[in-house]
Amino acid sequence: MNVSLFITCLGDMFYPNAGKATVELLEKVGCTVDFPTQQTCCGQPAFNSGYHKEARKVAKQSIEVFKDSAYVVTPSGSCAAMLHEYSHLLEGEPEWQAEAEALSAKSYELTQFLVDVLKVENTGASFHAKATYHTSCHMTRLLQVSEAPQTLLSHVDGLEMLDLPRNYDCCGFGGTFAVKMPEISKEMVDEKVSCIHETQADVLIGADAGCLMNIGGRMDRENSPVKVMHIAEVLNYTEEGG
Amino acid sequence: MPLRVGEKDFQTRVNRGLEDAFMRGTVRSAQEQLRTRKQASSEELGDWEAWRTLGEEIRTHTLEHLDYYLEQLSDKVAERGGHVYFAKTAEEGNAYVRQVAREKEAKKIVKSKSMVTEEMSLNDALESDGLEVVETDLGEYILQVDDHDPPSHIVAPSLHKNRAQIKDVFADKKGYENSDNANDITRFVRGELREEFLDADIGITGCNFAVAESGTISLVTNEGNGDLVTALPKTQISVMSMERIVPTWEELDVMVSLLCRSAVGQKLTSYITALTGPKSEDEIDGPEDFHLVIVDNGRSDILGTQFQSALHCIRCAACVNVCPVYRHVGGHAYGSIYNGPIGAVLTPLLDGYEDNKDLPYASSLCAACTEACPVNIPLHEHLIAHRQIITEKENLGPMPEKWAMKMFGTGASAPKLYRLGSKQAHRVMRPWTKGSRISNGPGPLKAWTNFRDLPAPSSERFRDWFAKRRRSNSDE
Repeated sequence: MNVSLFITCLGDMFYPNAGKATVELLEKVGCTVDFPTQQTCCGQPAFNSGYHKEARKVAKQSIEVFKDSAYVVTPSGSCAAMLHEYSHLLEGEPEWQAEAEALSAKSYELTQFLVDVLKVENTGASFHAKATYHTSCHMTRLLQVSEAPQTLLSHVDGLEMLDLPRNYDCCGFGGTFAVKMPEISKEMVDEKVSCIHETQADVLIGADAGCLMNIGGRMDRENSPVKVMHIAEVLNYTEEGG
Repeated sequence: MPLRVGEKDFQTRVNRGLEDAFMRGTVRSAQEQLRTRKQASSEELGDWEAWRTLGEEIRTHTLEHLDYYLEQLSDKVAERGGHVYFAKTAEEGNAYVRQVAREKEAKKIVKSKSMVTEEMSLNDALESDGLEVVETDLGEYILQVDDHDPPSHIVAPSLHKNRAQIKDVFADKKGYENSDNANDITRFVRGELREEFLDADIGITGCNFAVAESGTISLVTNEGNGDLVTALPKTQISVMSMERIVPTWEELDVMVSLLCRSAVGQKLTSYITALTGPKSEDEIDGPEDFHLVIVDNGRSDILGTQFQSALHCIRCAACVNVCPVYRHVGGHAYGSIYNGPIGAVLTPLLDGYEDNKDLPYASSLCAACTEACPVNIPLHEHLIAHRQIITEKENLGPMPEKWAMKMFGTGASAPKLYRLGSKQAHRVMRPWTKGSRISNGPGPLKAWTNFRDLPAPSSERFRDWFAKRRRSNSDE
């Protein structure tokens, strides 16, 4: 199966390891992964801030890039949700809208793709750790993906998953929200961090670079011992090979 | 009290909220309780999603045919001997109520909870005519006694106060000498209000839903004050905002169920009161004279726009009870009697953008509100739509942000430029990088690094790794 990877801007620049794990993982389950180099960002920063003229420009760029792809897979729930938003964003431009709908129909978040399309529930990973999982808002509420990551993690050999209290609460990232309303965002992330510490997990797993950057950044500042990992890294982990 | 309340400056209000540890503790536990109760009572119904869809369909249909149902309601009220007045503005509505009060030579008015009369500043208007106006809903009464402290929650207006603070209010203002036990306080207030009910010339109520087919006003309450306000005074004036209407009793059944469960996690509240016109010959109590004031006050401008579904709101506050932003800043931070996510959506619609341009940004767009809404209002989408209007139509976005977004639009739609930028990021950020972290970023990164570290941009981007890997694979 041919899959085009949409790495996302944060994934490309800040979390290349999550990207590498995504590629290896997809290859492991039998996909051929290509990476269209013309890809940029999904446009969410502009869209969420109300700059829709700019967001439309960026959306068209993404539509062009993935025109010929059979599947577009991205290791981010939030960016996947944004790809699905394009047809709404491009209302009033019928030709683009049709293209946007085509892109949306073939775009998946990584765990959703593994479970729903490839029917893979066990990636053969082994990882001995106590971990907790952060459910990203956009992935659960906008993309409506909540079971897939849990299913995949439950099959990781040696991984003990601990329930995160108040897992339904936003971590306070919200893209530009984090810098536009930094004080409120800080309170939200502090509450999230204290819930993570409450679980006594050693590892925090998430499926969205934005949330991980926010929660991880706050935990770094507080010198928290909890390690932050992208779900792709966990699902690709084998005890021997790391 | 007008629609907008408290400090004018948004940041001042937010800071005040964040610094108020008492309030935040109270809000936190209230949110917790309300959320859990709603969860339990909505699960009881079985397929909650189907109920939400039904609620949405009822509200959509009603709003699509609002003119028809309002006319039907008005005819039915008149048939039953009541008077109907359509108020285009708050001033018109207030003027009508004042005139009724003058005709009745009223001195004292008792009120049950009504948000639209808050929005209209009806109490101020009546007090300026020398009338005494007494709020009889416990939460509203607390606020009124506390020198008109503004409400902080749509359902529980004094949610920001804890028992000890409430006790202090009554001790200071009313000579209360008992404990801060809820029963003691309630018993005291009951005694205070009993006389007011008996003395009042006019009872003013809001309206949860009017039933068009019979000309009925329904009130959903837990304290029974609504019943006394509508049973004892000789004159009753109900004030409703024009969208609070259902076609028939059948829809009322659905909407009340959604409202009770979403607002307080009950199947039904203690009192669901339905009132149709003035009392008839064979009835013992009820008003001799009944008036219904239907208020527009900017709502018809929302009809037919992308924000029409904001008028579907049934004021249950489910969105407020799940909002993490509200949780930390409290209701007063919104500077409006309508707070939380629905407040951030409604306030700019009713009051314009100029003074409310920060509200739509007071959200991380986590969509917990949309998920909680019993009538499926896409609240987070409305917030984004507001942001678009603020930046692109009203031109109220801050200049640096505008430029940054322009650059982003250009950069992210030109792959070459984008690649160049992301390649340089690591080098550009080097002066601020310690190890693999940035702890004191420059310019726009400052807001981030004030509270969090930022991972340094990687010296080898994912795309570099991928290209290298492809090359080495093809060399093999």
